[in-house]
Amino acid sequence: MLKYIVKRIFSLIPVLLGVAFIVFTLLYLTPGDPARIVLGEQATEEALAEFREKEGLNDPFLVQFGNYVWKAVTKGDIGRSYMTRRSVANEIMSAFPSTLKLALSCVIAAVLLGIPIGILSAIRQNTLFDNITRFLAIVGLSMPVFWQGVLLILLFSVKLRWFPASGFDTWATLVLPTLTLACNPLAVITRMTRSSMLEVVRQDYIRTARAKGQTEQIVIWRHALGNALIPIVTVIGLQFGSLLAGAVLTESIFSIPGVGRLMVDAIKMRDYPVVQGGVLFIAVAFSFVNLMVDLLYAWIDPRIRAQYR
Amino acid sequence: MSGNTAPRMKSEAGLLDIWRRLRKNPLAMFGLFIVVLLIFFAITADVIAPYKYYEQNLINSFQSPSKEHLFGTDEFGRDILSRIIHGSRISLQVGLIAVGISVIFGGFFGAVAGYYGGRIDNLIMRGMDILLSIPSILLAIAIAASLGPGLYNMMVAVGISTTPQYARIIRGSVLSLRGQEFVEAAKAVGSSDTRIIMKHILPNCLAPIIVQSTLGVASAILTAAGLSFIGLGIQPPTPEWGAMLSGGREYIRDYAYMTVFPGLAIMITILALNFLGDGLRDVLDPKLKR
Repeated sequence: MLKYIVKRIFSLIPVLLGVAFIVFTLLYLTPGDPARIVLGEQATEEALAEFREKEGLNDPFLVQFGNYVWKAVTKGDIGRSYMTRRSVANEIMSAFPSTLKLALSCVIAAVLLGIPIGILSAIRQNTLFDNITRFLAIVGLSMPVFWQGVLLILLFSVKLRWFPASGFDTWATLVLPTLTLACNPLAVITRMTRSSMLEVVRQDYIRTARAKGQTEQIVIWRHALGNALIPIVTVIGLQFGSLLAGAVLTESIFSIPGVGRLMVDAIKMRDYPVVQGGVLFIAVAFSFVNLMVDLLYAWIDPRIRAQYR
Repeated sequence: MSGNTAPRMKSEAGLLDIWRRLRKNPLAMFGLFIVVLLIFFAITADVIAPYKYYEQNLINSFQSPSKEHLFGTDEFGRDILSRIIHGSRISLQVGLIAVGISVIFGGFFGAVAGYYGGRIDNLIMRGMDILLSIPSILLAIAIAASLGPGLYNMMVAVGISTTPQYARIIRGSVLSLRGQEFVEAAKAVGSSDTRIIMKHILPNCLAPIIVQSTLGVASAILTAAGLSFIGLGIQPPTPEWGAMLSGGREYIRDYAYMTVFPGLAIMITILALNFLGDGLRDVLDPKLKR
């Protein structure tokens, strides 16, 4: 098992290097002179030249990329904001807890609702409940996150005044963003649970379990769900990753001081190091979540575990 | 959708059969109807829109929906219905061109990787894995931020960001077709690799490409609207649904209709494409049918 974990962690290295390369290249290709953006229109030629020399902007592309990676790995330094001149890494780390809190509350909500609804939908296949669930799931997938957020604000904070429309300090401020962002993963998890359960409940061992007189509860929750869980865990992992990305829009709607809003504000001010730093950070987080999911498989599924003894 | 499915689309009888089966699925037919309607709107926008989408009339600003302005007017007194009708042009254009970019690049890389295998396959697919490890909306944001705002840059950003998904699917199909007799036969008579891929292999993996593309247009439109919403996509005064929604947000307390209608337009379009895509998948990919 340990061998497997180590192997998987090492396989992340080329992926992360590749992501860093893409992000760095995009930043490099961005039109506009960084020296000019930082120092302003009035800066003298000498000041610009000095800035370029100091920041290594005159070095060849690959040297610059090498320095970028070296600094990122050794000092956790992924550049400075053009606007505030603060370290991008610091800005992201101070924003990340809010994003994580939002993503976690969404995953929890989506899992707690999605798995039971998916199971019910599968055991009552083709009933009214199943049809309504499937219809709502596809509607949930088609709702633009930003529109849903705006509508929820309209209903619950402008009209009904139940929940605040912005801020991120009390539990009440968490309700609307979670409702907004959890809808999509809820739909995906429900659909996956349903189809995975449908596949499993037709297997012989379920018939065996029923034949030996096991209660329906145990048949469904232990025998069936236990085996249907692998694809469900996969989607949950993937959804968690896309939640980190989806937070970009949700956070800017609800003024949540997270990584997504940091990036959107940076886009508006053309503060590209922050934008690219945010993309890099979320991609790294996404890769780690995927790694966790793979390790979780091995834990859930004895067949996979056995391969890596 | 798994990569190793390689259903066949045969001759015209096959197409007719597909149509017959698709017709039995009411949701898919509803989706198709909306999509056709949307294409009709896009083509005839100049004729059927009651007003010009850019026509400002400040005296008439912030009119609630009425007989003259079915969806009301915006802060410049522009007719929202006309802007939504014109917006269908932008959305369809973005959806189709972005997916076109993904299919062309994804198809090329996927086909080369699947056909030649070995080291080339490894190299291409590891590259795709790296792209896949960046969530597609973020990749689109990063690319759009580098290219700058604008319609064409946005299409490129959305198109590139979803390329790896197509490459994976096409590689899977090509891989399962590569060893079949008709490919060996083509090789035996001396066809070139390009000809084998273009003439013999790709037409046989059209089914998964069609399904993925239909669903892909939906997600491309959604991503593009999201980019416009945060100011990275289409700039005003172009009537793009995401940008209209974003613009209406400021006035949500008093003029909610300004955000409701563009959002509804996006949702109905996405819903229709998803219904159609799901229906096509049931018909074209028998292995996935449950």
